[in-house]
Amino acid sequence: MTDTPPGTTDITTGILPRLIEIIEPFNKKGIALDATTSFANDLELDSLTVMDLVAEIEDEYDIILPVNMLPDLETIGDVPAPSRR
Amino acid sequence: MATAPLPEEAPAPADLFDKFQPLIDQYEGLMASGLRDPFHLKMDKILSPTRAIVGNREIMLVGTYNYMGMTFDPDVVAAGKRALDEFGAGTTGSRVLNGTYQGHAECEAALRDFYQMDHAMVFSTGYQANLGLMSALAGRGDYIILDADSHASIYDGCAMGNADIVRFRHNDVADLEKRLRRVPEGAGKLVVLEGVYSMVGDVAPLAEMVAVAKAAGAMVAVDEAHAMGFFGENGRGVFEAAGVEADVDFVVGTFSKSVGTVGGFIVSNHPKFDVLRFVSRPYVYTASLPPAVVACSAASIRKLMHARDKRAHLWAASRRMHSGLRAAGFTLGTETAESAIIAVNMPDQETSARMWTALIEEGVYVNMVPPQATPGLHLLRCSLCAEHSLDDVDEIIARFRRAAATADLPLSG
Repeated sequence: MTDTPPGTTDITTGILPRLIEIIEPFNKKGIALDATTSFANDLELDSLTVMDLVAEIEDEYDIILPVNMLPDLETIGDVPAPSRR
Repeated sequence: MATAPLPEEAPAPADLFDKFQPLIDQYEGLMASGLRDPFHLKMDKILSPTRAIVGNREIMLVGTYNYMGMTFDPDVVAAGKRALDEFGAGTTGSRVLNGTYQGHAECEAALRDFYQMDHAMVFSTGYQANLGLMSALAGRGDYIILDADSHASIYDGCAMGNADIVRFRHNDVADLEKRLRRVPEGAGKLVVLEGVYSMVGDVAPLAEMVAVAKAAGAMVAVDEAHAMGFFGENGRGVFEAAGVEADVDFVVGTFSKSVGTVGGFIVSNHPKFDVLRFVSRPYVYTASLPPAVVACSAASIRKLMHARDKRAHLWAASRRMHSGLRAAGFTLGTETAESAIIAVNMPDQETSARMWTALIEEGVYVNMVPPQATPGLHLLRCSLCAEHSLDDVDEIIARFRRAAATADLPLSG
């Protein structure tokens, strides 16, 4: 478990394939997605689209991604591992 | 002797306005089309709650949120004149320093009577009331759960505080319930709702939403800015009409709509409510309302308690406007007249601006909603006033038809 890319953990690497599946419909530019893909710069998502995407991720993992946390989520790898309670 | 290297050309300093260039371009494009500027209309005279003079022509005001037409009520105006004479032009101070006069106390008493609640707190604007509630009440580790279509003042209050912010889909009870389930057990929760949403004038299913919020152990705040005066038996708002008065912890409101002045407030039965006067920064760090404003407001609030006939007339005018525009072939934001806001959908920004200009030429003022307020929607928003006669409504509809022809707006049916 060395050499994990910055912004990811081994757990997020574990959810990464499914995360990318969820994000793919929002990938209007058809770029290749990985942990380093930036939501704003690469995917160019506007704020409304971000809200829909966040809702999809929240529903998939039954978690909360608070709105105030979103500015910290720059890349796909920044999406935190779901912590089920 | 070594010569110092020539300094490299310093890069031009960044202009902080560059980020607004797309908006500047959009606005200049709109103006270059030769249409009137919908965002800088100057009213030269105000004749009544429903009539103004712009330049040398009289226009009907159909976008003022002046729902109950209290701006020229003789009792309201007289109260203001008296206060201006007796207490002066302004207070020059915060509510917690030298800015609480007898008039501010009387205004809070009027609100307690109007809402039949124990506590009332008057802010200098409605925007600040929301800012003050959201930012002070929910702290680190608490959660604010709000409707995605919430007013900017609610979002801004959330951004100012330290709580975690969770959005649910607009007016979606099941989505609210689902998100409440995900909040960690034991965390403080505030659910924020609005009685009437101002963009298209739709009403929240408050009975269901408040029940879901209470079942999850959340406190509930309802913003009744666009409902005060004409929803419910006593005009308190949608929460009264929905029969959930006992379960709503905070009602936020404004004086700048049905009350006819400016200012904001929160009312509550919570026994510790008044501590907000110390911890709510938008309350503490701003000057209080001028004496004339609180005097007008208190007089207006007391009259609104008994304004049954005006209420009934406003509803009749709103329903006539909705059905008339619909019959004329306009596409409206709601299926029926849910409130006194009737939003007319436009196909695009250009048509919207053409239609707005054509309406002004016909002598009708409505709001052209700035596109950033409703992404993906282009709305011309009408709001009715209890002082609009039914003949006024018919005249407005006739002018809408003529304006649509001028603006090349296709009508259905």
